[in-house]
Amino acid sequence: MLILECPYCGVKAEETELHAGGEAHLKRFGPGSSDDEFHDYLFMRENPKGVHFERWRHVTGCGKWFHAARCTMTLEVFGTYTAQTSAPPQEIRDAITAKRPGWSWREFE
Amino acid sequence: MSTRLATQGRLIDRSKPIEFTFNGTRMTGYAGDTLASALLANDQLLVGRSFKYHRPRGLVASGAEEPNALVGLGTGDRFEPNQRATTTELFSGLSAQSQNHWPSLEFDVGVVNNKLARFLPAGFYYKMFIHPKPFWKHVYEPIIRKSAGLGQAPDRELKDADTYEHFYYFCDVLVIGGGVAGLQAALVAAKSGAKVLVLEQNAHWGGRAPVDGGTIDGDYPEAWVEQTLAELSAMENVTLRNRCMGAGVYDHGYALGYERLTDHAPGQGGPRHRMWRIRAKQIVTATGAIERPLSFAGNDVPGVMLAAAMRDYVVNWGATPGKRVLVATNNDDAYRTALTLHAAGIEVVRVLDTRETGGGALMEEVRALGIRVECGRGIAKVKDGKCVTRVAICAQNGQGGAQEEVEADAVAMSGGWSPVVHLWSHCGGKLTWDDAQAHFRPDPARPPLGADGAGFVVAAGSANGPLGLGAVLSDAAEAGAKAAAAAGFKAEAKPAAGVAQDEAPMQPVWLMPARAEIDLRMKAWLDFQNDVKVSDVQLAAREGFESVEHTKRYTTLGMATDQGKLSNINGLAVLADSLGSEIPQVGTTTFRPPYHPISMGAIGGEARGEIFQPLRKTPMHDWHDANGADWEPVGHWRRPYAFVRAGESVKEAVSREILNTRQNVGLLDASTLGKLIVKGPDAGRFLDMMYTNMMSTLKVGKCRYGLMCSENGFLSDDGVVARIDEETWLCHTTTGGADRIHAHMEEWLQTEWWDWKVYVANVTEQLAQVAVVGPKARMLLEKLNAEAGGGMDVSKEALPFMEWKDGEIGGFKCRAYRISFSGELSYEIAVPASQGQAFWDALMAAGAEFGVMPYGTECLHVMRAEKGFIMIGDETDGTVIPQDLGLNWAISKKKEDFIGKRAQQRSHMVDPDRWQLVGLETLDGAVLPDGAYAVGSGVNANGQKNTIGRVTSTYHSPTLGKGIAMGLVKHGPKRMGEVIEFPGTDGTVYKAKIVDPVFYDKEGEKQNV
Repeated sequence: MLILECPYCGVKAEETELHAGGEAHLKRFGPGSSDDEFHDYLFMRENPKGVHFERWRHVTGCGKWFHAARCTMTLEVFGTYTAQTSAPPQEIRDAITAKRPGWSWREFE
Repeated sequence: MSTRLATQGRLIDRSKPIEFTFNGTRMTGYAGDTLASALLANDQLLVGRSFKYHRPRGLVASGAEEPNALVGLGTGDRFEPNQRATTTELFSGLSAQSQNHWPSLEFDVGVVNNKLARFLPAGFYYKMFIHPKPFWKHVYEPIIRKSAGLGQAPDRELKDADTYEHFYYFCDVLVIGGGVAGLQAALVAAKSGAKVLVLEQNAHWGGRAPVDGGTIDGDYPEAWVEQTLAELSAMENVTLRNRCMGAGVYDHGYALGYERLTDHAPGQGGPRHRMWRIRAKQIVTATGAIERPLSFAGNDVPGVMLAAAMRDYVVNWGATPGKRVLVATNNDDAYRTALTLHAAGIEVVRVLDTRETGGGALMEEVRALGIRVECGRGIAKVKDGKCVTRVAICAQNGQGGAQEEVEADAVAMSGGWSPVVHLWSHCGGKLTWDDAQAHFRPDPARPPLGADGAGFVVAAGSANGPLGLGAVLSDAAEAGAKAAAAAGFKAEAKPAAGVAQDEAPMQPVWLMPARAEIDLRMKAWLDFQNDVKVSDVQLAAREGFESVEHTKRYTTLGMATDQGKLSNINGLAVLADSLGSEIPQVGTTTFRPPYHPISMGAIGGEARGEIFQPLRKTPMHDWHDANGADWEPVGHWRRPYAFVRAGESVKEAVSREILNTRQNVGLLDASTLGKLIVKGPDAGRFLDMMYTNMMSTLKVGKCRYGLMCSENGFLSDDGVVARIDEETWLCHTTTGGADRIHAHMEEWLQTEWWDWKVYVANVTEQLAQVAVVGPKARMLLEKLNAEAGGGMDVSKEALPFMEWKDGEIGGFKCRAYRISFSGELSYEIAVPASQGQAFWDALMAAGAEFGVMPYGTECLHVMRAEKGFIMIGDETDGTVIPQDLGLNWAISKKKEDFIGKRAQQRSHMVDPDRWQLVGLETLDGAVLPDGAYAVGSGVNANGQKNTIGRVTSTYHSPTLGKGIAMGLVKHGPKRMGEVIEFPGTDGTVYKAKIVDPVFYDKEGEKQNV
């Protein structure tokens, strides 16, 4: 039962108040994209043991989507941040680096 | 024989006798007894039969780890199977039945399995019930079902008579376990000012210490326990809960407590169990340790008991399993049992110590009492039977050649102690192997981690490894201080001074004797509840089950309701030995919550009956209920399936409603349909992405039927969209889809097009919506207006098909849509929810002369099917794209993009072999079975007939007087007139002709008048 702080309303929300939305920072491919691009966008997901970026919605709270950076292995939460970005902000990256030096994920846009 | 002693029994009150029954026999115990101690006191050593071999079984333990003494408790709506006698407090009128025997506990037919034991080894079921395949269903399944399962399920017709509740709690430090370690840790943490909650699973505090002796701060442990409890009770920042087990530890400091409020006092009122849902900053697990059995032949005969448990029964309850006891041990602790028994006047016939050099000070104390101690010896065999009679003694380091046989009526065994690491392990805490104690204990370097990446569980006392009283108290004090500090408090680890006898090192003994022959190993039990023996684990290893998790599942070791509390370490030691590996390399199986079984009632809490799930009701719900509604659940709503009149069947009601709506006028409560307002400068652009159709070009005042797809391309929802003004659209969704589609829109708006200026509001419950449907619908509305002295012009010219208008009808402020899901002249009229019932009443009153009748969802379904309109969830199932349903006309060719467009260009989506929507008509007018598959020629790789389509909707149409259906068929639209076959599950083959899906009013003239 994770606790994630909603960056919009500030509530430290319990998992039962949240809705998990899968991998964060996907780039949408629409008409005009190649079969491979679209396939990857639709189906291919990171499955890291360690640092991961996810989408969550504070569904029984303020209703806002947000992003969470956390460790899939230890469940450590590095931070939560706005959903209105295509890459994690610097302070989130710094927080991760402080705990997991040399971490990597797929490339951000 | 087992009996009550004249002395001892610190927990019982001999002035308060309590009557109870066991298998119908009246017995007497005392207040403070557990069912187990009371049974012992009543010479009821035999408490059950084992699961597989139906061997007679007695009490082995005194607490939650007990594997044998499972009983059915209570009767009728309070009956509960698989309750542990050791954790059941005695109360007046308690009624218990033993399990797993027929016809009686004393005489059991299934015990024949015991004679056949050598033919029922590990994996027997896997090996036996594979061939021949035709036997699976009618021969093997009944056999397995009959022999599976422990206890008896409660009567399915009866509902649990008790109530349960959930309780939320937040604290700085949660201490699980109220023994001396838990109390010491709690005291240290509480003194720092932290908010502390202490949970103890038993009714009494102090754990084992009062039984095990020694001194704390110079006094009896019991005195220290009392004093510490008083001190903690007086502190405002401390909450103490006994009869409350820490059931599980989960992510980020979440923990469950299982409080048994009235199990010991039924009829007291209030909830029976309370589930504590706890968030703690830090958790101290002071859960103690569990003694291990020794694996010797006949270690399951009633009367063979864990040494410490025997001590518990004598000291706590003044009950003993026998009068002549033999003690077998590999460590010093069991000598305490010898001392206790001797002090209680029970003869200790022999102490067998596996260690060649024997034990330390405790052994000397025992010897000094004249008790015979033999070192380097063990038990070769306890003679089979319903109680212990004879014990054969042998050299521990031999093969079991008996050197001597002694008479005894009970055996106390001790194989060493294993810390209760369950709660530490639930959420990822790792273990380390302690060679000296031969047990796994928590590895302090690898605790479960919280949200901040730091450990949030600290093990304390013997749960952490230390076994001596002094070491336990100082370890617990440190744990309490560490937890308080991690929770942000300044604590001082000042332990009480515990003094106990020093103990000599123990000797790991995994098999007794060490090189026992097969006939002995086949009678040496590891898992008492699931009947797993040393020989079974060895067989599994020989057959290649090297992983401990695989061996567990193959042999069922540790899979019973006790979850291997006694058997796990012994079992994996035997496995490690068989594999020629070390125990730490073999590792343990996974510890999963709950620690001990908890009631389903407690898990459910208050959520049962009416409040299991909130029911959504339309403003006209009560009217429907009073007028014959046959309710149907639709999402969280209840909708009338039909309005059934007196003397009429539901089927007849549906037919009547259809015919009346087609001939006269019907009313449908359409309030449940989702209504989403989408508003803003970018609303049109946004809806163009949401829908397959072009919505931005819809003119103000007009309506358009729209389709929504997922990014996968699959059809997800449909409904009519109305343009309200330049910046505002109202989107209707399906009844079940309102919340889902609202969330879908929010997701795209918040996470993809966050710079688009659009708001979405779900106004479903603000409005009551009534569909007025049928050829006389307009007459009805015009009459209402006439009665009100004027109102909205509802003529074809003023309000044509697929338009909407605001105004007043019959004096009600409303918005009327000319949309139709039935093919008839139809107005869907929305009024404020508060006016819904009044508006409905007005329509019913004014409609009387036109023959108005309410109709339900089945009438709606049949009418839409007659018209060939699709229904989300019938024609769609998450794998269907609009193109499959002949809905190309609703997919914009002009738009560059919409959700699902790219996916619908993928190769499989444009495959001409996709099944497509057609109408189906049986040759004889019968109704096709729902969901039936059409078969074509040939067979697939599994030898099954190839399928070429399926029925998606099927009804009897009273309008047409025959069965009609819709279905998806391969190349369907190109095969009009062809007859295809649908084999039913009843063996009948249904033949149906492929026809146009629009059965009624193909030109759509009736809705457009």
